[in-house]
Amino acid sequence: METSFAITGKGYVILAADTTSARSIVKMKSDEDKIKTLSPHLLMAYSGEPGDTIQFAEYIERNIRLYQIRNNYPLRPPAAASWIRRSLADSLRSRKPYAVNLLLGGYDTTTYTPHLYWVDYLGTMTELPFGAHGYGSYFALSLLDRYHDPEATLEEGLATLRRCIDEVSKRLVVSPGKYKVKVVDKDGIREVEL
Amino acid sequence: MSIMEYNGGSVIAMVGKDCVAIASDLRLGNQALGISSNFQKIFPVTDRIYLGLPGLATDVTTLRELFRYRVNMYTIKEERDIEPETFAHLVSSTLYERRFGPFFIEPVMAGMSKTPSGGYKPFIAATDLIGCLNFAKDFVVAGTASSKLYGVAEGLWEPDLEPEDLFETISQTMLNAVDRDAYSGWGVIVHVMTKDKVITRTLKGRMD
Repeated sequence: METSFAITGKGYVILAADTTSARSIVKMKSDEDKIKTLSPHLLMAYSGEPGDTIQFAEYIERNIRLYQIRNNYPLRPPAAASWIRRSLADSLRSRKPYAVNLLLGGYDTTTYTPHLYWVDYLGTMTELPFGAHGYGSYFALSLLDRYHDPEATLEEGLATLRRCIDEVSKRLVVSPGKYKVKVVDKDGIREVEL
Repeated sequence: MSIMEYNGGSVIAMVGKDCVAIASDLRLGNQALGISSNFQKIFPVTDRIYLGLPGLATDVTTLRELFRYRVNMYTIKEERDIEPETFAHLVSSTLYERRFGPFFIEPVMAGMSKTPSGGYKPFIAATDLIGCLNFAKDFVVAGTASSKLYGVAEGLWEPDLEPEDLFETISQTMLNAVDRDAYSGWGVIVHVMTKDKVITRTLKGRMD
């Protein structure tokens, strides 16, 4: 089943999402990228109802881009997160709400701090040192309680992430096979191989 | 499974002698799974009003933003801060606007209101999710641990507590009630307000 993790460390946020696209019991695709780049220093991992996820993620992506074009500067992570949360909260009380869960990882270039926001389909939002969505969260969160270090270097952070992925692969019956991992820090966004 | 218990969380407010106190837990959960141990449910409205919003977490954020907007508009139009009594009615009518599709929140307010003689007098109030006001003279509770909070507060609270004693009373009430509730806890925050200052303390509770 769909799983995504996020970890903050010293000046960075790591986002990881599995790459399977499933329909019922069938794996339709195994190289789907479920982490979108919203701005030079903002990443969004999305999961949930197929169809809703892509529609909502693209709507957010384009509106964040439009803000950047109009104002010549991007929204900072807290502002972007607040706006995205509001979009979901308003959608919740509409005729057909989006069923999309998000992890927003960003680096604030004005205060030089990494930010991670956990957002669910109801529009619940909270800032966290680490977070997860999906069945993997039941295994990964307790593991991260033990091993997460907010002052860890990128190498140490990736090692912790590997622990999460290994634990989920070991204990979850319907564990995903592959993950895509992206990092955001002062230099911007890049994909890393585990 | 009730929507009011989906995220968990509790708030309490108490009256003392020329002071008020308001406290909440810091847990955000998804049913039994804990997500955050630093989710604020109490927000300052003016220098002399605090508002606690226990209930569904999405509505905590939405209502916080809505009240900030409405209080700002009031402040601009009236060119003065809103009084606690007036604010309580603003909360009530804002919730009743959604009578048939409510916000799943039971607000608790605490503040110091101005008296005609120029002094200040403690004020607390709470409403249900559709805005039915409850002006209590002793204490008000809300959230998933409300039944436990009633019991402990009934036993510990007494009239005319000084700020330090009120802090101790509200803190012990909160900590002990929250330990008996699976959906509340993971730390507590307490604000004690007197006529000229607010003291905010974060308490360490059981982290299980």
